[in-house]
Order: sequence, then structure tokens, then C-alpha cells
Amino acid sequence: MSATERRPSTAEQMGRMTAPGPFAAGLLAVAERRADIVAVTADSAKYTDLLPFVERYPDRFVDVGIAEQNLIGVAAGLAMSGYTPVATTFAVFATRRALDFIAIQCALTHENVKIVAGLPGICSTFGPTHQGIDDLAHMRVIPGMTVIDPCDPFDMEQATIAALDHDGPVYLRQLLGRHEPPVLDPARHPFVLGKARRLRDGTDVGIVASSIMVAPAVAAAEQLAADGVSAAVLQVSTLKPFDDDAVAELAAATGRLVTAENHAVIGGLHSAVAEALVGRGVAARVAAVGMQDEFGVFGTRPYVAEHHGLTTDSVLAACRRLLTG
Amino acid sequence: MTPAQAATRAGTAAELAARAHNIRRNVVRMATGKGEGYVGQGLDAAEILAALFCSELRLGTGRDDDRFILSPGHYSIALWAAMAEAVMLDAGLLDSYGADGSDIIMSTHRGAVAGVELTGGSLAHGLPVAAGMAIGNALAGRPGRIATFVSDGELQEGSQWEAIMFAGHRRLSALLMVLDVNRTQADGPLVIEHEPLVEKLRAFGWWCDDVDGNDVSAILAGLDAARADERPKALVCRTRLANGVPLLMQRDRAHFVRVGDDEWQTVADQLEEGR
Repeated sequence: MSATERRPSTAEQMGRMTAPGPFAAGLLAVAERRADIVAVTADSAKYTDLLPFVERYPDRFVDVGIAEQNLIGVAAGLAMSGYTPVATTFAVFATRRALDFIAIQCALTHENVKIVAGLPGICSTFGPTHQGIDDLAHMRVIPGMTVIDPCDPFDMEQATIAALDHDGPVYLRQLLGRHEPPVLDPARHPFVLGKARRLRDGTDVGIVASSIMVAPAVAAAEQLAADGVSAAVLQVSTLKPFDDDAVAELAAATGRLVTAENHAVIGGLHSAVAEALVGRGVAARVAAVGMQDEFGVFGTRPYVAEHHGLTTDSVLAACRRLLTG
Repeated sequence: MTPAQAATRAGTAAELAARAHNIRRNVVRMATGKGEGYVGQGLDAAEILAALFCSELRLGTGRDDDRFILSPGHYSIALWAAMAEAVMLDAGLLDSYGADGSDIIMSTHRGAVAGVELTGGSLAHGLPVAAGMAIGNALAGRPGRIATFVSDGELQEGSQWEAIMFAGHRRLSALLMVLDVNRTQADGPLVIEHEPLVEKLRAFGWWCDDVDGNDVSAILAGLDAARADERPKALVCRTRLANGVPLLMQRDRAHFVRVGDDEWQTVADQLEEGR
């Protein structure tokens, strides 16, 4: 390299610079006012929307390479040194490969580590090794862990800010796109940790939805309305702590719930809803849309969604079964 | 060691050897009557911890202080013994070792006792966390070192090598790994050969040398030699499990020693005789 040639930045060396996604926007907004924010990744900066942060704060960025246990260990060590680390990798690798480090070094002593997990549920086209369909179950069961599963780019950005400002370990599922899934309503109130949001009122059936299943839930409710069925939609972005009140209230009003999630129906939203209802003594029939105790197939998002029934039609069918059965 | 360096070091080798003996006494005192336990590890690590706690490290909560990480929680008996000897822990608490409700537990829990930086018990967590702390110090411009006690059995975990490769690559000079090589693990003698250790660690970008881990002078010389290097440092300490107590040393190589009620007096006597 000649003396006059400009040395490429770390971010440039990592590949194509993209416009910040909703996660990067939230991260940058907080990093600007807080010098304790650092980012750690396991060779996933490009694919977890970290490049805008790397470009702006190269000294506050650490890449540990393809080593997820070390990723979480290093992040914990930074937290124990007064920093607030954001550790990024894919959901499958964070939760399947580094679970012990998350439980013991992050959660047990309530360290301020934020785990940002890419490719939640069927967001990956790369089959079962990359589809995080069990991550929420692993994270929910860890004592003291806060678990967030945003539903659209607006929610993602707001949830990122809330996660960083929360004191304690957080597992935050990451939606990457700036336009996908479409923003439901940018005018709605900002994300509030632990609070579900009623997107639509209804009396015949309640759809409790999270992640990329919120938009299909709203579409299903609109189609039901055309048929004269009054369907409510409750958007859940915080899996833990869970908004038991909102779910119990909806169940008491409708007597029928459909859960719709981008995850296995075991251990995630469906389980959280069932636990809330049992705990409150509210009787309701609850149908589950999500991955039905199976691994995902390879393929494009629409193909995988269709194959496993994570679609508007599946939500509609579940509602109709409850209404007629 | 140059005279200048010797002058700055707290304690002579003879004084530190005496402190190692006190640590062993504390270990035996804690283990007596328990029937079983990690007394072997406690005895083998006495010189290493005497050198670190009573001379090499400046431990505390100050901005410039060093930090000590005990990676294998199973060695907590040695940590409590050394902390008591270094007056970091009330020696009266040692008798509650392993008792229900006591903070002086058979492993370590971060923060439960002042000075305990890591929750141990799940092996090979120490070095990754220590690497994060070393980066934290570098980011903040803090000069303290992160001294990490690692047992050789932990080298069988992948996370250990993730951190070793990472630290070597990043030249985390604040990292000091003291590796206790007693060649013993839960199933008995080492089940996976790990030698040549010094060559391996050097190949990963670390300063590394090995010493007799039950010889305080040798440990101090190794720590002095390591100090100036800008790479992460590993001092391989070759130790003898249950060192100082022949009755236990001759027992089957055991990670978790069982001792009869009638044997503890012999253990105590042998410790004093071998002094």
C-alpha cells in the first residue's frame, strides 16, 4: 500500500457498508450518550447490523472470531469491568453453543450483558442449523433473564434502546430489515419493556402474536372482520417478564385465544400464555400457531413459512376451528 | 532477579514458603472432619497462591489494582486459605467451609465474598471472562493485571482454547494465566495428554515458561521473567497433588479425596513433619 493510499476502515474491510438497520439506529442513539456501550461479535458484525457502530466507534468494538463461548465470556468480563457490552451472533449459536456461559456468567450475578440474536425462528433460509426455533425456550427458563422478541423495524429500534437502558442481562431477538416486516404503525407509542399492546379490540377470539407473526395476525383479524367475526390482536414483544394481565384480560373477554409465534410452540409464547392463564385461573381454549415440535426445512422465507404453517391462513384456520369447534 | 526487582517484591522466598505452609494448615483445618473434599487441590496450590496473594499481586477495588480470577471453583478451599493468610478474609470464617448457608462455599460465587471476581464450578469460564476484563482495562487505560488461575484439566474444554487464541491474537498483555499442572482430574490421572504445554502456548502467541509449582523461589522467578513481556503471559506450574502430606499424595490419584475420620490427625502431623 502506498503512503498516499487510504487504509480501509475495519468496517469497510468487513464488506459492503449498508444503511443502518433498526438495531444499528437504536445502538448508535444510545452509544452517542453512553461511553460504556461496547460491541462484541463472533464474526457476525456484517450480518447483525453492527457495521455502522464499528465505523463510528472502532475502539469500542471487539471481534472474537467464530467462538461463541468466548463471545459471551468476554462480554461478561467487560460487564464486570463497568462496560455495557452488546454481544451479537445468531440466535442458534448464542443459545445452543454458549448457554452455560449465558446462565452462569451473565444471568446468575445479573451482569449487564445484552445478547443480540440474529435470525430468529424461520428468518434464516439455511435450515435447522440456523433457524432459532428453540432460543426463547432456552432463555425464558434462565432465572433473571429478560427476553425480547420485537415484531417490526420500529419495535426493533425501540426495543434496542430499552434493552440497553435496562439494568441486567437481556436476550434480544434481532429483526434486520428496515422495511421488513412492514412497520405496523410508526405512530404508536414506543416499546415498553414487559408490556403487551392491544393492536385491535375484539370479542369473539383473541390472537396473541409476536415477532414476524404479528402482521399475519392483524391480516387474519381483518379477514375475520369481513366475515362478521370480532377478533382482537395482542402484540407481545417481551416474553419475560410476561404481561400476564393483558393475556388474562383478553382470555376473560373472548374465551378463545390463538397464539402465533416465530418459534416452537413449546417453551415460547404459547407456553407463556398457557402459564399465565393457569396462574390466573382463567379458562380459555388456546390454539397454537408456530413450529409444531419439528425442525425447519431449507428454503425461502415464504416457502418455509408455508411449509410450517406460519402464515395468515394458518392463523385464520386456527381462529375458525376455535369458533366452530 | 535483579537486586532492584527483589527490593520491590513483598516477602522473601523463605517468608513466602512459610506463608504457603500457613495456607496448607488452613486447608487442612477446613477439610478436617469433612470426610472428603478438594483438600488435594488446596495443598498443591499453596505456593502459587502464596506467591500471588502475598507478593505478586496488588489486589483491591482501586482503579489501578490487579484482579484475581479463580477459574476452577473446585479450588475454592485454596482461595479461602490464601485470602485468610493475606488478611483479605476473616480466618474465623474458614471453619464454616462447605457448611449449609455459609458464603465460604466449596466453589466460588462472584461477589458473595469481597474479592471473589468469578463464579466458578463450570470449568473453563475463567479465561474468557478474564480476557474481557483485560480488554476493559485497556479501554479504560487501567494498568492492573488480570491474574487467572487455571487448572490443567480445564484445557480439555474448547472455551479455554477459544480464549487462548483470542488473547494471543489481541496481545492482551494484562492477562497472566497461572496454570496448575497436577495431571489429575475426576477420573484419576490425566485422561487426555496435553503436553507439550509450553510450546503450545507459545505457538498461540503467549509468553510462556514452566516452573516447579511447589517451589516458591521458582514461581517468583517465573513471575519476574513474565512481567516485562507485552504478550499475554502463561506460567506453567508443575505441582504435586496434596503436596506436603504423603498419606494423601500416595493415595490413588484422586480429584476428590476421601479421608477417614481417624486419618486427619496423621494428615496434620505429616504436614508439620514435612515442613
